[in-house]
Amino acid sequence: MQSLELSVYVFMLAAFLGFELIRRVSPLLHTPLMSLTNAISAIAVVGAILITGEKDASTLSRVLGFIAVTASTLNVVSGFLITDRMLKMFKKREPRKP
Amino acid sequence: MMENVVGLAYIVAAGLFVLALKWMSAPATARRGVFAGEIGMLLAIVGTLLRHEVIDYQWILVAFFLGSAIGIPLAYLMPMTAVPQRTAISHAFGALAAALVGTAEYYRQTPHGFIMGALVFETLLGFVTFTASLMAFGKLQEILPTRPITYRNQNVINLMLLGSAVVLGVLLVISPEQRWMFPIFITLAMLFGVLLIIPIGGADMPTVIALLNSYAGLSASAMGFVLGNNLLVIAGALDGSSGFILSVIMCRAMNRSFTNVLFGAFGQVQVSAAAEAQERPVHSATHEEAASLLDAASRVIIVPGYGLAVAQAQHKVRELYDLLTKRGVDVSFAIHPVAGRMPGHMNVLLAEVDIPYDKLFEMDDINSEFAQADVALVIGANDVTNPAARHDRSSPIFGMPILDVDHARTVMVIKRGMSPGFAGIDNELYYMDKTLMLFGDAKAFLAGIIKEMPVPARV
Repeated sequence: MQSLELSVYVFMLAAFLGFELIRRVSPLLHTPLMSLTNAISAIAVVGAILITGEKDASTLSRVLGFIAVTASTLNVVSGFLITDRMLKMFKKREPRKP
Repeated sequence: MMENVVGLAYIVAAGLFVLALKWMSAPATARRGVFAGEIGMLLAIVGTLLRHEVIDYQWILVAFFLGSAIGIPLAYLMPMTAVPQRTAISHAFGALAAALVGTAEYYRQTPHGFIMGALVFETLLGFVTFTASLMAFGKLQEILPTRPITYRNQNVINLMLLGSAVVLGVLLVISPEQRWMFPIFITLAMLFGVLLIIPIGGADMPTVIALLNSYAGLSASAMGFVLGNNLLVIAGALDGSSGFILSVIMCRAMNRSFTNVLFGAFGQVQVSAAAEAQERPVHSATHEEAASLLDAASRVIIVPGYGLAVAQAQHKVRELYDLLTKRGVDVSFAIHPVAGRMPGHMNVLLAEVDIPYDKLFEMDDINSEFAQADVALVIGANDVTNPAARHDRSSPIFGMPILDVDHARTVMVIKRGMSPGFAGIDNELYYMDKTLMLFGDAKAFLAGIIKEMPVPARV
């Protein structure tokens, strides 16, 4: 119970921190922001790995876990890559022509 | 010993996620933010693989390979106009992962009390978000009809469905051993997700996508409670609050209350207003007239909307921008928060064609500038420019903050035809004396303007 209570505090503080951080993000970057947070929420991969890799996991666990690891890996990989691809395009001034 | 290493990896990962969001706030540091996020995720994954509970690596590695094999091409081949679809589908995947882990945990350990509550919350949000995001994807990709589909008692049916899912969820928390209820609970959640998106029209997509983003995060956070893992709690909470804030911003930009969005009672077509749209004369202009007006201007403000994305006209916008800038015309871009199909959609499209981001202005920063502009060029935007929002109390969009394009000396609107926008509202902007309608596909019309642009006298 102790650790559960702690987790509630952690959730509350993280949510407030999230609010404060996101409020500062320029609307210019809202699309890359969303794809970044999407990649971060693929942290579900942690739970998925634990279920899939467990010793003597039931077939159900293993199948569900396998799908979950695949889906969240897909999100991690494509989420970070596409965010970076988008951000590369944001330039302040004209690239100087040689 | 190993447990300490894992614990440390998780703590550092959580810190890096916070830094990632912090650095995301400005374009200059944003890429560093992505890097921090990547390292954080790598630490989290490696840390998890090192845990003693993880014995069997075979399927995990296959899944890593499979996910990357799909994810990498998805990231590099996806055109920028399709970013909203990609975001929707990745919300679906993220939510599915959380929901499946919740399901597997239920059958594995059948927890009780608070943990079971968190598990029910996780799977409910996960499955709702999964099917809702798939529906959103289908609408954005135009596999499904994009117009809102409404039927009698829609909200009552939706609320009853959600209500029964919640009741089953509560019953499951009270007596987790009643396993027969779980599949029914999942089915109700998935069905609710589908029905939630059916009445949503294209213009409401920015709010909905942001909301689904939030749900996917909250579901991951709930998983953190189930597994007793604070890293998940933190990462999920950050994502949840981010999506929540974005959807609040989108709501404000459309003058909708937040409860309105939460209960899915939005996206209703306002037919009454459209019905009285009568035949009123409009002024239309040719490529040549538009080109000479732009050439004579000294300040031009371009207002992009979803039509620009549909026509893939961003490259032509760039050509026009170059041409006008070379002639000494001051060109800036006015971007309404809900322009396009997701928050910040227009900015990404314009950045793609190398338009410097200090030329892109938010609504509040540029609205006072329209009065000094010679030409406001509206490309594929409609409701966000409708002056009725300011003064017509009977208009369904009354009170919605709009771009004051009607304050410019001349307004040019590139539009395919006179059909009203998504909300079915006639735009009185089109009937003003200062407004010139440029009928045609945005890309083709811009190409026409560029071709007809008179030879510069100054060069």
